[in-house]
Amino acid sequence: MELILITTAVITVIGLVVGAGLVFTGKKFYVEVDQREAAVREALPGNNCGACGFAGCDAMAAAIAKGEAPANGCPVGGAPAAARIGAIMGTEAGAVQRKIAFVRCKGSCEVTRNQGNYVGIQDCASAVRAGLALTDCDYGCVGLGTCVKVCPEHAITVKDGVAMVNRKRCVGCGLCAKACPKGLIELVPEQNRVMVQCSNRDKGPQVKQVCSAGCIGCMLCTRQCEAGAITVENNLAHIDYGTCTQCGKCVEKCPAKVITPPAEP
Amino acid sequence: MNLTFRGGVHPKGRKELSREVPLRRFDPGPCEMVYPLAQHIGKPAKAIVKKNDPVLVGQKLAEADGFVSACVISSCSGKVKAVEKRRTIAGTMTECVVVDNDGAYTPMEGLGTRQDLSALTNQDILNRVKEAGIVGLGGAGFPTHVKLAPKEPDKIKYLIANGAECEPYITCNDQLMRSNAAGIVEGLELTLRLYPNAECVIGIEDNKPEAIASMRKAVEGKQRMRVLPLHTKYPQGGERSLIRVIAGVDFPVTMLPADVGCIVLNVGTAYAIGRAVAWNEPLYEHVLTVTGEAVREPGNFIARDGSTFAQLLEACGGVKDGVTPKKALSGGPMMGVAVAGLEVPIQKNTNALTLLAEDRVERAEKEQTACLHCGRCSTICPNGLVPALMADAINMQNWERYEKKLYGLECIACGSCTYICPARRPLTQMFKQTKAEIMARKRAAQAGGKK
Repeated sequence: MELILITTAVITVIGLVVGAGLVFTGKKFYVEVDQREAAVREALPGNNCGACGFAGCDAMAAAIAKGEAPANGCPVGGAPAAARIGAIMGTEAGAVQRKIAFVRCKGSCEVTRNQGNYVGIQDCASAVRAGLALTDCDYGCVGLGTCVKVCPEHAITVKDGVAMVNRKRCVGCGLCAKACPKGLIELVPEQNRVMVQCSNRDKGPQVKQVCSAGCIGCMLCTRQCEAGAITVENNLAHIDYGTCTQCGKCVEKCPAKVITPPAEP
Repeated sequence: MNLTFRGGVHPKGRKELSREVPLRRFDPGPCEMVYPLAQHIGKPAKAIVKKNDPVLVGQKLAEADGFVSACVISSCSGKVKAVEKRRTIAGTMTECVVVDNDGAYTPMEGLGTRQDLSALTNQDILNRVKEAGIVGLGGAGFPTHVKLAPKEPDKIKYLIANGAECEPYITCNDQLMRSNAAGIVEGLELTLRLYPNAECVIGIEDNKPEAIASMRKAVEGKQRMRVLPLHTKYPQGGERSLIRVIAGVDFPVTMLPADVGCIVLNVGTAYAIGRAVAWNEPLYEHVLTVTGEAVREPGNFIARDGSTFAQLLEACGGVKDGVTPKKALSGGPMMGVAVAGLEVPIQKNTNALTLLAEDRVERAEKEQTACLHCGRCSTICPNGLVPALMADAINMQNWERYEKKLYGLECIACGSCTYICPARRPLTQMFKQTKAEIMARKRAAQAGGKK
């Protein structure tokens, strides 16, 4: 009986001391946790692709909560995520357009010749550094699939020597655009289907020599366009995606057939 | 004296293909000659001729643009056809001056006449070298007038003439030393005037006894000059390897040879200096070897810049019967770069065309395995690096470790590690690419910092 009393007393005293200690440290070292950060993290898609410029979704959530990043800074989540984050942060989300990667080249094996037989590290940047781009065209797709390797969503495939983007899978993170040594990939608003599939800035005859599907800078499309969305700069047509009405007149007229909706794998 | 350096490899020399073939002048008939404006390290030259301008042999086509740059000299007479983009050895389209060669090779006035050397000041010598458009003919193509003008010329202890020619297959410098030893020595004597306290050492690998004998005869009785036979080993002719052997100093990549009191000149460059200063003959032609198992009659040439590889191959009788050339290299098999086609112009720093019947890279790619951790690459690296760890750092994209811990930027891309690797890993290509990437990053950071 005595033993039980002593034990109970000792345990109670230890309990009280530890409890007091916990209360003290809890008060003393209290860190204010921003509840919004966790909520923002929930609203982000969780790809951890790093396309926002931060080291993954956790870092992005922290940055948004601190106000260092905009609510619509996540290119993958797009407008829905931005709206949710805006609601959490109590700010205007701003319009976000979902964008999709687009390869500005259709230089497949059929339309352009192989220049040399490259052997070595199978990576576009390596091949470009070695001075042996795989095609005759200096601007075109190398086709060794560096973009395929960086794509977190497996949305890109190289078919017939040129990269193609699967529109359903692409989340628009833009990692491929950063990785492409030729700078061929750009992010285009999702609804736009009229694009110039070429990056060759040489003059027409020179383009014709190296590729039968290249933009020759003939200006026909600029005259067709009623919205005035097409300009030709450095012998290469460029469409302003904001003003383009997608009427498709340029697609019909383009003699080189470079203005088309891109092929999908 | 220490006649060699730590590490290095012994690839098959294959010099017997062309070593006994004397130098032959090669002048293509009427044709198109192409002169790239960027044949050197530094800023591309600025074209000073326009379409339809008449040009003569030895005339300047483009002016050096900036301090680290070099002029481009015409090697033929005719009319300028265009200044446009053409495909060059580097594989890309670059700005070139295209001249319609009339095949007459009419020289410019005063070309090849003996100059009075007694009244020349040091600045005169440097100016003439600059006006002659001389760049390092060993391969890198660094403008020679920049190299010859260190901050403190009095502190230069060694002027090293590089006649090692350690690259397999190539024999043109061997032949140059055999037949034009006096010309090389003349160039070296003129260069030696710039450095009052320097001694000139001509380093030649001991697999070229005839060249050693010929150079020894030429330096007989000359003050401050000697010939030094070197152990035959690749990369004996690397700038840093030579300095290690001759001056006995090691120095990091951030320092130039001049900082440790050395100037290294290829024997071909020394010859070009002699021709330019003493004979008023700017650099428009140089020695070059056309060799390889696929060439019918390999040979050594004095070739004019601007002619194409295809023309030179034709002068060698074309491709051997029954052999399909698998790979064409500008340079030798260790450091040379593959070219996509032979219709590319020869540049100042082109020292060989090697046409191989077998593509070892293709084979290596099939046999490639993971790293065996055998450590052979680190035993042979002439710069004491550890290629296996460097490759690991590249795979992890740890540029910081690559640069700061493993000293990856010290790599001279000599190719020894790729040669020795039993796992057939493309180490040199990885290092070359990473070095270029880190340098580009640094330049970008610098440009960003300035803003």
